[in-house]
Order: sequence, then structure tokens, then C-alpha cells
Amino acid sequence: MTFRQRKRLIQASPWILLVSLTLLWEVVCYAFSVPTYLFPAPSDIWASWLEYHDPIMRHATQTLFTTVTGFAIAVVFGLILGILVGSSPLIYKAVYPLMIGFNSIPKVAFVPVLVVWFGIGTVPAILTAFLISFFPVVVNMATGLATLEPELEDVLRSLGASKLDILKKVALPRSMPYFFASLKVAITLAFVGSVISETVASNVGIGYLMISASSTMDMGLVFAGLVVIGIMGVVMYEIFAFIEKRMTGWATRGTDPGF
Amino acid sequence: MDLVEFENVSMRYGEEGPMAIENVTLSVRENEFVAVVGPSGCGKSTLMKLVTGLAPPSEGYVYLDGKQVSGPQKGVGMAFQASNLLPWRTTLDNILLPMEIVQEYRHRFRAEKAKFQEQGRALLARVGLAGCEDKFPWELSGGMQQRASICRALIHKPALLMLDEPFAALDAFTREELWCMVRDLWQEDPFTVVLVTHDLREAVFLADTVYVMSKGPGRIEARKEVNLPRPRDLAVTYTDEFAELVFELRDHIGRIREDTQ
Repeated sequence: MTFRQRKRLIQASPWILLVSLTLLWEVVCYAFSVPTYLFPAPSDIWASWLEYHDPIMRHATQTLFTTVTGFAIAVVFGLILGILVGSSPLIYKAVYPLMIGFNSIPKVAFVPVLVVWFGIGTVPAILTAFLISFFPVVVNMATGLATLEPELEDVLRSLGASKLDILKKVALPRSMPYFFASLKVAITLAFVGSVISETVASNVGIGYLMISASSTMDMGLVFAGLVVIGIMGVVMYEIFAFIEKRMTGWATRGTDPGF
Repeated sequence: MDLVEFENVSMRYGEEGPMAIENVTLSVRENEFVAVVGPSGCGKSTLMKLVTGLAPPSEGYVYLDGKQVSGPQKGVGMAFQASNLLPWRTTLDNILLPMEIVQEYRHRFRAEKAKFQEQGRALLARVGLAGCEDKFPWELSGGMQQRASICRALIHKPALLMLDEPFAALDAFTREELWCMVRDLWQEDPFTVVLVTHDLREAVFLADTVYVMSKGPGRIEARKEVNLPRPRDLAVTYTDEFAELVFELRDHIGRIREDTQ
């Protein structure tokens, strides 16, 4: 196999895997005649999509909106808190146990509280997405800042650099790979958060769509919802992977970070 | 005039920690090349921290340019064993970093960027890095990174250059090349240097004065003027005179070892 063929194979591999798994799924459902109301075949899901794509898209737009909004708040908040935690040992010591404790609370248990405060619908979904996804941003930013080489700090301080100078010129740019890595984790978590909230307390969004479809045993529609969430997650992930590659190519020495 | 002065300086880390250096008195003239040698753990790096004001002495006084050092100094150049170049900046942008920070230059960095870049290119050319300006540090070899690191320490024409084992991680040939590079830079346009090293040949080849420090707590065991004529050629390192100097210093270090055992 030539180098070029190999490279092409590697690029095509996710699609090949996806198509094979889908085919396998279809074959298994067909061979064992699994009833649609238990486990729909890909063709059934496709049929549901064709039948309901207008409502699915409406609900998907809502979910995408709540997810991205919650995620955006998480990024801003996580960035600020991460910088504070990472640049001061005092804040680090003080905040960390509290944050670990908070992050250990299952967010689904918190949704009812949010509903009491804000009613059902968009706001609790945004807040759940935010609450579940800010943690990795904080931890990664703090780690990135706290692992600055002491010698490099000495070089800068002996030039008369202020704390702000060191942060701006060295610590922040140096933390960017950590930051982008956290974004990729956070965006997928944000989807988890918003969908959880929608299943519990909403009448719009993919989560709501799936709950109401499953109550009528319309499994094709439930799975169509799952697939749509999955696709949105992958697309968002790829967007951040692309930005990461553009912004922090230096961290991987210009090679493909896939290896 | 003395640029750096240590008066009976002692230093311990923490309240009850062991002494890192004890009762050190030394002085460095302007444009003098001083080397400090000693076994590892003799507090050479502590010396650097004291001069640059990154750490305060526990006892005694440190003066820089006639003023007592009481906080981080502004505009001292430093280079370490690791080059510590920033991987997201090109070589030229890396060595211009001090210009963006040092008080004297930072407010006109943007306005006169072209002029500074010209200075940067000229300095890189002097150390044999012409053509590497736009490369990233990780595209350079270890020796080249170290050259760039020393350029970064010199670009703002610091009153004092501190070198902490800058050649320790290089192979023998590259190390000798870099000795010559530092020698040439210093010869063409003298500046004050404190070189901390554990390589005696390096110290004798480059320095005017060599201080030998003992193993912790670090004390000044000996002070030796190196009166080899300048400019020194690398060949001087194979002469008897040179060998004798190295041997004499080695003897001091040998004695320190015996004492502590």
C-alpha cells in the first residue's frame, strides 16, 4: 500500500466504520426479526426521520440553542475562574474542594431545583448545560496556568515583568492547548446537560421529543432523536478541533494531532 | 566600579531550612566576566536568585549598581540550561520578548517594531542564526535553541547577564562552539556576566575571575584571577598554563569533597 493510499484509508476510516456498523445493525434486526417497538433498524429510523423531520428539526434547533448558550456561559465563567484558581495558590486551595464537591452532584438531581426557581423550558436547560460543562474548563485552565515553568517565570520577572505581563505574554498562550482540550470535553457534556433537563422539565427540545415519543412506543422517533443529538455533538466537536488546530498548531509541532 | 556586591550574605529556604549559602562576600566589576563553579547543590542557583532579587537574603546585603537589592530587578538578562523559548513564537519574536517587557522599551515597542526587529536580526546573525528568524524553536537543534536563548537574554542590553549552566545539556563540540560564541559577543561589546557552571574548563576559558564554592552550605572557598591574554583562542585550552589553572581549581573542589565526607 502506498503512503498516499494509506493516508486516504485513515481519512475514510470513520465513515467506513459507521457504514459497516449501520449495515450490521440492519442485518441483525432483519435476521432476528427484532420488533420495531423494541429496537428499530436503521431503515426504521430513517423512515421516522422522513416522516417527522420538520418537528425533529424544530426540537433540534431548540436543543442546539440551549446547549450552545449554556456552553458559552460555561466557557466564559470557566475561563475566568480557571485563571483565578490557576494564578493564586490561595484561591486554588480554597476553591478546589468546593468545586469537586459541587461537581460530584448529579446534575439531573439539580434540575427540579432549577424548575422551582425558573419554571420549565429553556432556562433550566441552559443552566444545566452550563453547570455540567464548566468544570473541565476550570480544571484545565488552572492546570495550564499552574504548570508554568518556574525558570521561565524567573526570566520574565528579572526583566521586570508584572504578574499581568506574565499572564498575557506567556501563561495564557501556553495554556491554550489545555483550554481547547477542555472545550472538546465541555461541548459534549453540554449536550448531556441540556437533553437531561429537557427530558425532565420541558415541552420543547430533543429530550422532550424523545420522552413523548417513547411514551407512545414510537421507538423509531426516539432513535431518530438520539441520532440527531449524536450528529450535533460530532459537528460541534469537529468545529472546536478545527479551531484548535488553527490556534495551537505549535503544541503538536505542526503534525496532525491524531497521532 | 563594582556592579554587583555581596556582603556576608547567607540564605536559607524557609524558616528552619538548611543554609543554602553561608557568609558569601564577593564583588563583580563592570564588564567583568565572573564564573562561579562548585559541586552540584552548592547553592550556585541561589546566588543567581539573590543577584536578580527573586529571593531576599536571610542575612547580609546584596548590592546591584550601588543600590541594595530589595525586589526583582528590572532588566537583568538570564539564560538557563533549558532554553525556555516559547513554542508559539518564531525565533525572532522569541528574542524580542524582553523588548515587550523591559520598562525602557515596552512603551515604544509597537511604534519602533521594525527597528527592534532589525536589531534582533543583527544579533541572531552574530551568533550564526541568520536565516532562522522565522523558524519556530522546535525546528532548531539544541545548540541553536541555546544560542537563541542567550540572544534573548542580551537583546535589551542588560547591565548584567546571568548564565545558569547554559551549556550543560549540550554535547562537547556544540558546547565549545557556544563558548566561542559567548566569548565573541563579550569581546565585541563587553557586558557584565556571572556564569554559574560546574565545568572548570568552561570557567577558565571564559572568565576573568573564577570563584569556587563548597558543597552546601555554599561558601566561597577560593577566588582565582585568570590572566590568560585575550582574545582567547580555543587552542589555549590545550596549553600547560590553562591545564595548571584547571588543575588548581580542581584541587580546591577535591578538598571540599574530602572535607564533607
